[in-house]
Amino acid sequence: MKIYIKGTGIVSPQETFLAGDFPDEVIEYREARYLKCIEPPYREFIDPMTVRRMSRIVRMGVCAAKKCMQDARISMPDAIITGTGLGCIEDTEKFLSSMIRNEERLLNPTPFIQSTHNTISSAIALAIKCHNYNSTYVHRGFSFDNALQDGILFLHENPGSNILVGGLDEITDHSYMITSRMGLWKRQSVNNLSLLEYDDRGSLPGEGVAFFTLGTVNNNNAYARIRATDIQYKPENPESVCLKLSRFLADPGADETGPDLLLLGLNGDPHSDSIYYHLHNKLFKDRHIVYYKHLCGEYDTSVSFALWLAAMIIKRQKVPDVIKLKPFETGEIKNILIYNHVRGINHSFLLITRC
Amino acid sequence: MSESRVFITGTGIISAVGNNADEVFQALKTETSGIGRISLLETVHCDDLPAGEIKLSNRQLREIAGLPSGIPCSRTGLLGLIAARQALRQAKIDDMDACRTGLISGTTAGGMDRSEVFYRSFMDDHRRGRLRDVVTHDCGESTERIADGLSVRDYVATISTACSSSANSILYGSRLLKSGILDRVIVGGTEALTLFTLNGFNSLLILDRNVCRPFDRDRNGLNLGEGAAFLVLESERIALTVPERILCEVTGYGNACDAYHQTASSPEGHGAWLSMKKALETAKLQPDDIDYINAHGTGTQNNDLSEGIAIERLFESGIPLCSSTKSYTGHTLGAAGATEAVICVLTLANQIVFPNLNFNNRMEELHFSPVTTCRRDMRLNHVMSNSFGFGGNNTTIILSGYSHEDLH
Repeated sequence: MKIYIKGTGIVSPQETFLAGDFPDEVIEYREARYLKCIEPPYREFIDPMTVRRMSRIVRMGVCAAKKCMQDARISMPDAIITGTGLGCIEDTEKFLSSMIRNEERLLNPTPFIQSTHNTISSAIALAIKCHNYNSTYVHRGFSFDNALQDGILFLHENPGSNILVGGLDEITDHSYMITSRMGLWKRQSVNNLSLLEYDDRGSLPGEGVAFFTLGTVNNNNAYARIRATDIQYKPENPESVCLKLSRFLADPGADETGPDLLLLGLNGDPHSDSIYYHLHNKLFKDRHIVYYKHLCGEYDTSVSFALWLAAMIIKRQKVPDVIKLKPFETGEIKNILIYNHVRGINHSFLLITRC
Repeated sequence: MSESRVFITGTGIISAVGNNADEVFQALKTETSGIGRISLLETVHCDDLPAGEIKLSNRQLREIAGLPSGIPCSRTGLLGLIAARQALRQAKIDDMDACRTGLISGTTAGGMDRSEVFYRSFMDDHRRGRLRDVVTHDCGESTERIADGLSVRDYVATISTACSSSANSILYGSRLLKSGILDRVIVGGTEALTLFTLNGFNSLLILDRNVCRPFDRDRNGLNLGEGAAFLVLESERIALTVPERILCEVTGYGNACDAYHQTASSPEGHGAWLSMKKALETAKLQPDDIDYINAHGTGTQNNDLSEGIAIERLFESGIPLCSSTKSYTGHTLGAAGATEAVICVLTLANQIVFPNLNFNNRMEELHFSPVTTCRRDMRLNHVMSNSFGFGGNNTTIILSGYSHEDLH
């Protein structure tokens, strides 16, 4: 069975929402501590009353999901599945702080209601009155991969159906401060487009929302096919990642030539990035590398941004210069391998193919 | 290729009515509720909001879980580790690498029990608060703590669909086995009692100030609980290598969205009806085949009416025996689906239906009442368990008895 990407809806720190294409110009954030999303024109997708009641991540999520369905020309998905590492942290913080300040008395329930991780998937269902399968995965760097795996399983069980799968995470001042204290980010503000040029440890945090309409029947308009997906949890060493990756590529019987392009989760932290270069050297020395986290920042579900980027490259058959690690000319791009890891714990592999 | 059947070979549970399956069974059989005064969680509501609290400190839980004191771990993680270890022990699993094994856990608040301690210091001075109290915040952390404790490597996932989280773990795990992606999977959920959830539900005005009365005309809300429950699911091929371990079978599951309101259930219980109907379809069973329903039955006005109407619509005049066990354990949120699945395994294994506590008067809108006395020596084949969550995330599981004579 073939799994097609039939539509996308993406909100990110770049102008990705309306273009429906890779943006002509990328946004340079010169002194960035973290990258925040450019919010879409909500009113074109959600009625203003409802928008006001929603938190930022819920608004962005519902909007991206609707755009994604429009793009695929579907109105009722057979399943809605989301993945989020941290969920609705803005409302979580709101309820937590009012609970502590008010000493557990007279609390407004709205932020509590909107703090649960499934708020977005259920808000989408509510917006379109969708009674079908609905689930939310919340496993750190695997959140989107779990959701995608569930979605692919669903399509195998229900051939002919169309589903929505999304990855989303938001950043707040508080979550940034806390994760900074954990030492995850660079101590200085950075220029996002030079992310790989700093020597010090840490990365640049970000956020984003990416939805995909997946189906088993190509409407002649599909972006690309998802050929395979897999995860690896806490590999012992880089060699075991190499081994897993070799098996991963052998399994779906990828073309003998292997991937034409490697889309890697390089995030500017030399320690975290070393495994990508190791893998490239060991397995794909003659293949070109493209990367994406200078555009969206580092977050648990960033691999969903990578999937959108790969789908776009395959559909347009062009590679924007800004994502090339080194300049190169490309021929036909048939297969793209996405490999990302989050803190060396959660490793994701995706193989995307031309329809 | 025919789809594999899904067998349960082990269960583990820790809850307000007992620290393992035997203790839980004794409490249910003797109609002993675990709901009472909150004594461990430091809350201003300890005298007015009863809950199903596990009367063991984090230090005691850490000892039982066998986790060294240096490793940061939330109460959620500790409870999960204890229940998951029990499940493995019962399934007699010692070699994790023998086949492709995964772990799927459901939780709603994850490590919030530690985060709220952190936040109290952090809120006024962002340099304060111990980081070890917040590194366990996210939901996936507790799952990884459990996975590492059990040496699960091949697959991990965490689900958060509010009060149906761990019912969805069972559903997802079953599908991963049927499709052949995994051979064996430990599924369940874990949830610690927290100020966040206690105050959240209290702000919604749906907590009963007494022990809850599911399905009663005068019901007045739910009681929160805490706990963890895990089940070992195995594919046919793996389970049949030592078939004596098979406890019962996961035959059906259904997931549907009520899509009515962010926190309220639709008056006609459309989502509940759909999830039960889908579960019957996957199990290839008719409504008549169901012998018992372990209802979601939280004790709120809204849930019990909506669920009751959905049950009447699906089962019409042939409504099976039905009870809610939340008046024993409290509502354990993300752990509720798995907790009640373990109770259903006990129901099938012992052929006992546990009664719904505190029921006095039938709801005016309904034509059936829950079971109010312990029913023994039953002949139960198929039991259904409902878990309905905020956001209308509804899931139903069907478990079926397994006769060892089938093998011959």
